[in-house]
Amino acid sequence: MGDEGLLQVRDISKSFGGVKAVKDVSLSLIKGEILGIIGPNGSGKTTLVNLITGFVKPDAGEVLFKDRKITGLQAHKIANLGITRTFQIMRPYHSLSAFKNLIVPLNSPRVRRTTGGRLGDRDAVAMDILEEIGFERDAYVPYKTASSLPLGYLKRLELARCIAMRPEIIICDEIFSGLSMAEIATMVPVLEKLEMEGITIMMIEHRLRELFRLVNRVIVMNFGEVLAEGIPREVMERQDVREAYLGTEVDSVRD
Amino acid sequence: MVIEETRRKRLDRGIKVRTESLYALSTWREMAYMILPRLTLILGLFILPLVLSMYWQRVLCSAGIYALLALGFDFLAEYVGLVCLGGALFIGSGGYISGILNAYLDWPPMLTIPIATLGGSVISTLILLPCLRLRGIYFAIVSFMLPLLAVYIIIALNVFGGTEGISALDTFPNIWVEQYIILGAVIFSLFAIRRLVNKDIGLIFRGIMDNDQAVKASGINITSYKTKAVFIASIIGCFGGAYLSHLYSWLGISLFAMDFSIVPIAASVMGGMGTLVGPVVGAFILTPMSEALRGFGQLRVVLYCLILIGFIVYKPEGLMNYLQRKYHQFEYWERV
Repeated sequence: MGDEGLLQVRDISKSFGGVKAVKDVSLSLIKGEILGIIGPNGSGKTTLVNLITGFVKPDAGEVLFKDRKITGLQAHKIANLGITRTFQIMRPYHSLSAFKNLIVPLNSPRVRRTTGGRLGDRDAVAMDILEEIGFERDAYVPYKTASSLPLGYLKRLELARCIAMRPEIIICDEIFSGLSMAEIATMVPVLEKLEMEGITIMMIEHRLRELFRLVNRVIVMNFGEVLAEGIPREVMERQDVREAYLGTEVDSVRD
Repeated sequence: MVIEETRRKRLDRGIKVRTESLYALSTWREMAYMILPRLTLILGLFILPLVLSMYWQRVLCSAGIYALLALGFDFLAEYVGLVCLGGALFIGSGGYISGILNAYLDWPPMLTIPIATLGGSVISTLILLPCLRLRGIYFAIVSFMLPLLAVYIIIALNVFGGTEGISALDTFPNIWVEQYIILGAVIFSLFAIRRLVNKDIGLIFRGIMDNDQAVKASGINITSYKTKAVFIASIIGCFGGAYLSHLYSWLGISLFAMDFSIVPIAASVMGGMGTLVGPVVGAFILTPMSEALRGFGQLRVVLYCLILIGFIVYKPEGLMNYLQRKYHQFEYWERV
């Protein structure tokens, strides 16, 4: 395996009934990069995440992780290989306190394997991860039950659950949506730090301004297909991308 | 006229907050606050056989069996998210195995009960395994049907005594052993399960209940954990079944009776779902009550249902949720 293509998606397709949610999408995720995936609502971004992480089985095509085929594996097995994801609609464990939420990934076979079973006090590890991601310990935020946490913390909890897995790839599904500028400002350094640690990140996002500060490369999807790929600024200059996002009329009015 | 509006506010007692972490216990008063409710339950159950008459002692034994089933039901429903109406399956498989070992091989209850507990729970878990993919009401329906299947297999093949059953199984040496075995089992399983739900494995169970997709994304095989949970609940239930066949010195298709699936739900509703101790208390109230109402003949069921409906309407949270709230919190009226 070279430096290129830690994760490779090849001609993957999926339809739900008559709707082709994802059509022959190919992309590769390079080790250590932050890749952005953007596109209008319904362009198949979340389905793509579900296909990669095994939550949905593809109709055609394959996904390779370190040159090994992972399509068809069960979702928990893919997670144990080190490909973790957040959910667009947050899925916390409502009845558990925030730090107990992390006990679940800390008990995964992957964590047990990578730490050789010597993780030590799991509660303490969970607490450290949460503190790093911005759960103020002095204000007892990590002790609050997930059902009582506001949106900003729930989004961070999603990311914390990925970090707890000690992953190689984190796929963030709209982790900024619904957050205030201040909240995003606290999330960005966390993601930058993960990148520095060598974790590859794929971000699906609608908040383009914030996204473009982080990513080196962006892929635009529209109607289940890859529309464009490249450096953020160049991609956004393209006429077809602007049309996909804004529609033709708006563009012509402004010109 | 000025109408003063007030609302009821509830606050945790200071002592509750202090005693939540074990390390904070410093005074006798705080220790008593922690220990007394538990001690009341344990001592209460252990003293009961000493004050009851022969007839009610037998009732106590069957109440214990229902308490075990109710505990298993509450554990699966409120801590794993599986509504399992397979109580009859657990009782039936445990009861049949211990009865058959005793009748055909002449093994003593000391041996048949542990074997039946383990063997029965392996069998019931295997039977429930294909249904574990189902969620919510669908799992409930299928687990409710399976005991009926077992009944028809036994009748159709005319094995294990067929419709007649097998009688004259070995009984326990005396009534004291009989009672304290089941009471000990109830207390032990109650505290074991309470511990389990706060351990890591218990947290994973609760994660599966809250959000199974997220548990998958955390690299955990939910089917294997659901299997473990069902196995734990069926150990408790199958012990009850194995005990039952020796208690009545008889086995037959009524070990698969619907009562064993339904009474635990009633006990849980009455006692308070999700408290674990509630369903146990509920079973120890409902079973004797059902006996006490025997004098009313056919009206018994009507009265029984009225009491249950009364509970659902007036105290839907159940007995123990209510009592625990009263114990841990104080209320006051606040002017708005």
